[in-house]
Amino acid sequence: MREITFGAAVNEAIAEEMRLDERIIVLGEDVAEAGTPFKVLSGLVEEFGTQRIIDTPISEPGFTGIAVGAAMTGLRPIVDLMFGDFLFLIMDQLCNQAAKTHYMSGGKLNVPMVLRTNMGATRRSAAQHSQSLHALVAHIPGLKVAMPSSAYEAKGLMKTAIRDNNPVVIFEDKLMYNDKAEVPEEEYLINFGEAEILHTGSDITLVATSSMVQQAEIAAKTLAKQNISAEVIDPRTISPLDETTIINSVKKTSHAIVIDEGHQNYGITAEIAARISEKAFYYLDAPVQRFGAMDVPVPFSPALEDLTVPTAQQIHERAISVLEGKI
Amino acid sequence: MTDKKDNRESYLQMFKQMVRIRAFEEQANQLYLSAKMPGLTHMYVGQEAVAVGICEALTPNDKITSTHRGHGHCVAKGADFKQMFCELLGKEEGYCRGKGGSMHIADQANGNLGANAIVGGSAGIATGAALSAKQLGSNEVSVCFFGDGALGQGLLYETMNMAALWKLPVIYACENNLYGEYTKVEEMAAGDLMARATGFGIESFEVDGQDVLAVNNLTQELVERARKGHGPFFILLNTYRYYGHHVGDINREYYRSKEEEMLWRKERDPITNFTQLLVEKKISTPEELKSIEREIETEAEEAVHYALDAAWPDASEVDMHVFASN
Repeated sequence: MREITFGAAVNEAIAEEMRLDERIIVLGEDVAEAGTPFKVLSGLVEEFGTQRIIDTPISEPGFTGIAVGAAMTGLRPIVDLMFGDFLFLIMDQLCNQAAKTHYMSGGKLNVPMVLRTNMGATRRSAAQHSQSLHALVAHIPGLKVAMPSSAYEAKGLMKTAIRDNNPVVIFEDKLMYNDKAEVPEEEYLINFGEAEILHTGSDITLVATSSMVQQAEIAAKTLAKQNISAEVIDPRTISPLDETTIINSVKKTSHAIVIDEGHQNYGITAEIAARISEKAFYYLDAPVQRFGAMDVPVPFSPALEDLTVPTAQQIHERAISVLEGKI
Repeated sequence: MTDKKDNRESYLQMFKQMVRIRAFEEQANQLYLSAKMPGLTHMYVGQEAVAVGICEALTPNDKITSTHRGHGHCVAKGADFKQMFCELLGKEEGYCRGKGGSMHIADQANGNLGANAIVGGSAGIATGAALSAKQLGSNEVSVCFFGDGALGQGLLYETMNMAALWKLPVIYACENNLYGEYTKVEEMAAGDLMARATGFGIESFEVDGQDVLAVNNLTQELVERARKGHGPFFILLNTYRYYGHHVGDINREYYRSKEEEMLWRKERDPITNFTQLLVEKKISTPEELKSIEREIETEAEEAVHYALDAAWPDASEVDMHVFASN
């Protein structure tokens, strides 16, 4: 099968959907000729024109709000938020307006919009361009949250998001844009709320999201060399969350570590760990472990930044400790 | 300027709509005072000529976004009393099945995209509706209602900038009722209010918000021009809210005098002044206007009784409509 990059997969998903549905527009900073700083949207303006690929001023709340209104009145906007850190700027429009409109109107108004943004540290971009803030939006009822971990998932989840009649936030790991993976030429979608078991195993469950999936897979391979069988689960969407696949896995393995690049405190790892504890407690042989990013602002210096994000080696060490009853 | 509302029917329609708003609000206030209404509400009384003058220049397909003080816009855009009172009381038959309440009434069938409890929070939505209109070629116009208090919000300036860059068919209607909550506008807004829009190259107009004909004539002209792609526009409407910031704001003398309130009520009331004009111009008679008022008051009373007796939403509704179906 052909291999394409994560960035190309996102681009392809948007282009395919835009060919099918004229109501889809893209708006954000430098999305047209520049194709975004990561060049993910390159070429779209040439095909669809500036009427549909719309460069905005540097006004994140403004263009998010405009997308909400456009979505309520017949368009299907894709908002490009250049860095996930800018979510703090648009919280009112995303969480007070987009997320609540359908409910507050008693089901009469819909907001079919996609907000694509990114996450991920270790790019030496310091504290305001490196955060992984998906827990913030996953906390809000009315928003769906997708976290692709490969080019294959990036394309399938983006197409599903565009067709969804609700506001969907997609977090792309900005360090993964050039990573290649097999992506079929023919059309496919990935349903929300369906986790993927990337690696089956019987001794320990590693639940990992987005950027942490690769690290968990490397850890699983290392564990396999020691005859330890790890099951790696990628939830793919954290809202909705496929709890069943995770719980069934833990019932089988009796050990679990949840790994995510958001801060550990009050984060996605805490939520998933709590659900495992609530629903698989009597199957557990050891406490469920949360493994998130350190609870510090992301530091600039490479010597410090690399300490803040979970690595495959640390996941491996943590798994051994759990299995040996040292936690 | 051609006066398109110079016929008897449309003058009487504007009179009726203003009276409807006032009758609705007086009943809403009574519901609060008699402790029959959950929560609070914000009265539109005094500002009727703004909502009616503007909405009578729109078609049902044209969109509006409204504010926390939004009953007037909702009535003016064609909403029904029963469904509105049901919403205020949290009943299932309300416009939003009781899930929105006073500050979130939306009536999409009449083009009302909803009241908004965040001051200035709907500037994006109204501008986005105008983007849809332009993109889909619907020829619709949208009006963003907001108060002087929203002039403190950055979102408004971001969206006005984009509306001007993209020549969107949106009218920003700033209702200056002189107070943002409990504070005078001049203590919150520096400089020239109109310059905020002209700075973006947006054509801006100031109008007496107590004069329904002046508001309507101006809006008709701007709506027509907006449909031709000459938008956006900004209107500063000078008006006054007779009640407090909300129904519980009874003792107001620390921020405005009773004399000031009486002056606006006695000399600048939009309904009283329009009544005089209708009689002077022999468009109607005091008797006819009185009978219209009585009819509307009766309708409002009946709607209140209907809403008080209406059913609560079933408990199964609580997690319904979090997400739209696909």
